[in-house]
Amino acid sequence: MAFDYDKWIRPGKLPHIWCPGCGHGIVMKGLIRAMETLKLKKEETAVVSGIGCASRLPGYIDCCTLHTAHGRAAAFATGVKMAKPEMNVILVGGDGDGTAIGGNHFIHACRRNIDMTYIIMNNYIYGMTGGQFSPCTPTGHKASTTPYGNPDPGFDIAKLAIGAGATFVARGTAFHANQIDKLIVEAIQHKGFSVVEILDDCPTTYGRRNKYKSVIEMMNRLKEVAVPVKAAEKMTAEQLQGKVLTGVLYRDDTKPEYTAEYAKVIERASAAK
Amino acid sequence: MSKKVAFLQGNEAAAQGALYAGCNFFGGYPITPSTEVAEVMSIELPKIGGKFIQMEDEIGAMAAILGAALAGSKVLTSTSGPGLSLKQELIGYGCIAEIPCVIYNVMRGGPSTGMPTGPSQSDVMCAKWGTHGDHPAICLTPASVQETYEEVIRAFNLSEKYRTPVMVMPDEIVAHMRERIVFPEPGEIEVVPRKSPTVPPEQYKPYDTSFGDVPPLASFGSGYKFHVTGLNKMQDGFPTTKAEIVQAEEERQVRKVDANVDDIVTFEEYLLDDADVVVVAYGSTSRSARYAVNVAREQGIKAGMFRIKTFWPFPDKQIKALASKVKGIVIPEMNLGMCSLELERCAQGKVPVLGIFRVDGEPINPDQILEKIKEVK
Repeated sequence: MAFDYDKWIRPGKLPHIWCPGCGHGIVMKGLIRAMETLKLKKEETAVVSGIGCASRLPGYIDCCTLHTAHGRAAAFATGVKMAKPEMNVILVGGDGDGTAIGGNHFIHACRRNIDMTYIIMNNYIYGMTGGQFSPCTPTGHKASTTPYGNPDPGFDIAKLAIGAGATFVARGTAFHANQIDKLIVEAIQHKGFSVVEILDDCPTTYGRRNKYKSVIEMMNRLKEVAVPVKAAEKMTAEQLQGKVLTGVLYRDDTKPEYTAEYAKVIERASAAK
Repeated sequence: MSKKVAFLQGNEAAAQGALYAGCNFFGGYPITPSTEVAEVMSIELPKIGGKFIQMEDEIGAMAAILGAALAGSKVLTSTSGPGLSLKQELIGYGCIAEIPCVIYNVMRGGPSTGMPTGPSQSDVMCAKWGTHGDHPAICLTPASVQETYEEVIRAFNLSEKYRTPVMVMPDEIVAHMRERIVFPEPGEIEVVPRKSPTVPPEQYKPYDTSFGDVPPLASFGSGYKFHVTGLNKMQDGFPTTKAEIVQAEEERQVRKVDANVDDIVTFEEYLLDDADVVVVAYGSTSRSARYAVNVAREQGIKAGMFRIKTFWPFPDKQIKALASKVKGIVIPEMNLGMCSLELERCAQGKVPVLGIFRVDGEPINPDQILEKIKEVK
């Protein structure tokens, strides 16, 4: 039987705003399958986003949804989770929203290890505003504001998250659609701040400026660069040149989770009263 | 039974007032001269099962309280000038998404880092015009420790009643001075609860105007699921660019305050019945003004004071009436003439508005005000 996505989509809210060939819809379907697998209760689940193409996702999902301001998803979500620790809090957004204007909130959510899952759709570009370079645009690539090639080095989102203290970090791609929901399921089940980076594509504002002739070509690139962590163990540094690791990259089940730590603060304060 | 009294600082009183009002979530960032509010809340909130979080920056603190408010909490943040500038982005979010919250801002010298420990009253325009776009503004300017306590409670009440951010803005003198405070008994001061939905979840719309200009607000995790955005929205909470809906919604958001000015605006009239000269003052400056008015009276000058307690919405009606009665208005303020502009607008040229403006970090003393009172012919 075909999977029933409609159960999780708000009636009347489709079609979505995403361009033909954009991978965000693939990620949304992965998220929906993950929510269904985990039997999340819609009323007990908040999906929070910032601003940008990827951040429009919550509008389509039938649960408690919060479309915040540019870059602020992690900070709003922290307020929701602190107020109601029993809720499932899932963040979604793009690379510009999450690692540029929202970079500070992102690293501090990682540091606190607050039990939320952040799905970052990394398409290397600011799509909604028409294709300006983001902190994830590869050096040398073209964007509407790097007409001579991008002089900036890019962020490695996964390394950033690990370095900042996130306790579950995974990476997938929009090509490997069947892996997305599995990574998200594991991320949501993890008690702590989990980050799932999905390498995505933006044919409209990134692909066409960087000599990708078609969506298929962009998708094939994702297929080619992705190397599962297990497979990478058997590969040489030379073989791994230009490749990107996928799967669960990092996991730490020992670091205390933030809302649980704050519950202890409440206990100590109440005892001191 | 005698009431509980204490000797408190304005900032400490603000925190106590918030707790009386049922505040159970504080998100903040350290900043002089308001940090004591955060410190008191970090001690007191966990004792009652509330939540305190120190965020990574001022914007994050504002975001956290808005998120917590949507999850059903009564929320407070505290800051000062530079923090208020940063928070403006999300104060606008609170206005358009109609999220109750209280922002306690201690006015220090500015712009920018300015004079972190010096008093000022130069954020009053920022309270109304700081965030972009048309939006409602409520701002209270207490003049004593007791009043700071009570006005913070009123701020919570107004934020719930009108479903909008409310600011309480003492100047640094009020925030840091210590005075005797008499605590009200529980129940003595009204605490307004959030208007929750009465319809079943499937019928709920977060901006349903069939319930009036202030629709009930559900909370995440309470059985209701709904969408919140900073985009112009329809009654069901989803974004729209339809001209007639955007116009109507924008007008309603502002009307929530504009149509209820008489309920919101508070002030004190001091010796105004026969006054020829009125000193309009707010915050700590009103304490010097009261002294100056008393001395003027001793010297046979019919002076009085109109003390603004609610700065926004501005007491237009009252100032207009005064302008038809008196020979002149004197306005002492610790900025270069912000309230003065509003008074001139209301006075409509009927009487002169004489300003005393100080931005040097020193309070305005009664002598300066008395001198200006005597200039009114």
